[in-house]
Amino acid sequence: MIWGQDAKKEDKPKSKDEPKKKDEPKKDGLKKDDPKKAAPKAEEKPKPPPPPYPGWELDKLNTPVELKQGTPMSGCWFDPSGKWLFTTGIDSFIYRWELANNKKTELAGHGSWVRSLGFFPAKNLMVSAGYEGRLILWPIDGVQPEPLRQVEAHEGWIRSIAVDAPTGNLVSTGNDGRIALWSLPDLKPIRSWVGHDCHVYQVAFAQGGKEILSADLKGTIKVWESASGQLLREGKPAAALHKYDAGFAADIGGVRHWALSAKGDQLACAGISNVSNAFAGVGNPLIVVTDPATLKSKKLYKPKDAIQGTMWGVAFHPAGFLIGAAGGNGGGLWYWKPEQGDSLRYHKLPDNARGMALSPDGTRLALAFAGGSARIYPLKA
Amino acid sequence: MMKTTGCGRAIHGLSRRSFLGGMAAAVAGSGSLGSGAAFAGDLAAKHKRVLMVFLAGGVSQLETWDPKPGAITGGPFRAIATSAPGVHISELLPYTARQMHHLALVRGLNTAEDDHGKGSYIMHTGRPQEPAIEYPHLGSVCSKLLCPEGSPLPGYLHVTPGGGGGSSPADAAYLGPRFAPVNIGEGRAPQNIDRPGSLTAEADRMRQELRRKADERFLATRRAARTEAYTQTWDQAKGLMDKKGLFDITTEPDRLAAGYGKHDFGRHCLLARRLLEGDATFVKITHTNYDTHHENFDFHIEQLGEFDRSFATLVDDLHQRGLLSSTLILVASEFGRTPNVNHLYGRDHWSKAWSVALGGCGIVGGSVAGKTNGKGTEVVDRQVNGGHLFHTYFKALGLDSTKNFFVEQRPIPIADPKTEPIKEILA
Repeated sequence: MIWGQDAKKEDKPKSKDEPKKKDEPKKDGLKKDDPKKAAPKAEEKPKPPPPPYPGWELDKLNTPVELKQGTPMSGCWFDPSGKWLFTTGIDSFIYRWELANNKKTELAGHGSWVRSLGFFPAKNLMVSAGYEGRLILWPIDGVQPEPLRQVEAHEGWIRSIAVDAPTGNLVSTGNDGRIALWSLPDLKPIRSWVGHDCHVYQVAFAQGGKEILSADLKGTIKVWESASGQLLREGKPAAALHKYDAGFAADIGGVRHWALSAKGDQLACAGISNVSNAFAGVGNPLIVVTDPATLKSKKLYKPKDAIQGTMWGVAFHPAGFLIGAAGGNGGGLWYWKPEQGDSLRYHKLPDNARGMALSPDGTRLALAFAGGSARIYPLKA
Repeated sequence: MMKTTGCGRAIHGLSRRSFLGGMAAAVAGSGSLGSGAAFAGDLAAKHKRVLMVFLAGGVSQLETWDPKPGAITGGPFRAIATSAPGVHISELLPYTARQMHHLALVRGLNTAEDDHGKGSYIMHTGRPQEPAIEYPHLGSVCSKLLCPEGSPLPGYLHVTPGGGGGSSPADAAYLGPRFAPVNIGEGRAPQNIDRPGSLTAEADRMRQELRRKADERFLATRRAARTEAYTQTWDQAKGLMDKKGLFDITTEPDRLAAGYGKHDFGRHCLLARRLLEGDATFVKITHTNYDTHHENFDFHIEQLGEFDRSFATLVDDLHQRGLLSSTLILVASEFGRTPNVNHLYGRDHWSKAWSVALGGCGIVGGSVAGKTNGKGTEVVDRQVNGGHLFHTYFKALGLDSTKNFFVEQRPIPIADPKTEPIKEILA
């Protein structure tokens, strides 16, 4: 059975084999809506509807592979080959997991937490970004990868980086408010600029590397021309992910994770919404999807399940469904059909999710948990 | 505890406030019992002032005064060198780091109380709550012991991040409402500080003169603590009206105001400096909020980003104006925060091992007392509590912290007699 409850309710197809004839008396002489009608026999039940995404079994979490890092995790990333999973946590290491045998290798080089990774597959390289403001270039493979190059890139935390694989450009942003463009593999600065009035939380490339997207604490998204750093357009489609809590005199929220669809026509922003107590994290996970071409349209994907916390991960699956993972007063994983707001399926997770990654071929979903382990769930039955 | 006057009758504070109304209510009060004579020598000394910065909610010691970079409990921030050789604090306080030679750290604080209200009580009174007695807040004690007789400013001014004006009489406990804080809500001048527009200056002068003569006639035959307090309240209200310019920070140079910051806390720090310079005795500023059970690190970036530059500018400004040597600075909170990072990237309440900062009057700048272990979970050297802090405050201000208040002939030590000053940081 692969239908979620919501899908059953909204999308139940009629059986071609047994066309319904509403007013036609049945053989027992009772109409369909007659309260005295007999209960349908088991063999008369309509057949299960076809799966919304054939081949993808979403109704259960398949037995995962568990990787124990030992320290609370903060994120996870598959490398482009799908051979490795990288995880980070509340220490200064990067943990590389060889998925064929689950072997762990610790990569040392940062002086603080590592919050973002990017990959340059043409050279089989990886770039890591630390909260001390440093970018480090690493080989992906090898028995014990060592830093190849590093640069003090930002004052304060680097919150997000992204690599445009074809051009080898890297974009980064940090607590100094700057958005910076770098070339790989030399990690040479190209240009940088300041364009937000609050902390910038995410950056990404779009339109084949011609554009850079940035998103901030207040849910503002800006689109920049990569070649010049000029602002092309801006909007606040993700404003629902921000709140100023007057009681605590502080801002809460921001775009904590995001994903761009394969066609580049949908941008999914994840975070926390409906916050009633900022300092206790009382709010609801939320995904806002907008069109990066206009930054005007928006569709909200809000779990109706009783979960408080932040949506720490979002991804577009190649088959067309949207995935979100959250942590707060428990962990949750949701699948959505893009055209409907209610989730297709909800899974309670064994721990608070803090990061999520989809393997390049879409067959594995990695979740990083606050308890110190990652789990890799096969998505295909 | 019932507040009494010299005549032995209970104060009818409410009816007095109702009578005085508005701003006068903020400074209303009555004389309280106390051993004024015991402090006569202290009062003769140079006017000492106190600046208390209260970081409401419980600021993290690991993100401020006692960083543990590299420890699993240390969080993502680095420690930075300061102007005090060998003293490192969190990188979230770069401006304060440049003023560290004026400040001292107490890193061995164990107040053993993780409740907000009870923790706040300890840090404001120097003692845990007791069922049989309410102790006065530090500001009220300083108001009584340090505020010059006839001062036009109330002895205890509290600049709050929200709310209106008024007073908090309970804070003065047995000292009486005269020594209670006058709240400066959002840094605005007390209510009704302006002479009503319908009243000319001459009419106001004549009105005050009539009141004064009536008071004198009444006091000639019926002098009592209550009647004296009544007169004192009017006089102080009048003095406060004459000093209303102190509350107008717009007269400050733009460059200096920009250094303090245009946000509320920056404006409040600038106001505090003006009040201290105007001879206020005890000024408390509250900065909110640090109760970061969720997203501790992001919230500390935001809150300390406000605190750091404003506070450092205030310390430097006091120093530049020659006020620092007579102004005791203390930065306190209800408690610290857990070394352990919880599942919400938060830190919870932690009173077993945390820190406060002091500075200025009577304090050895750049000194450090106490030490916590590598993870910051326990004090391993020179453990102290709120009582030690109060002895230290009083000693730094030149007061004898072993003396007593007398309430209905009962001696009540002004600081917990089971503790003593932290001599390592005292000049």
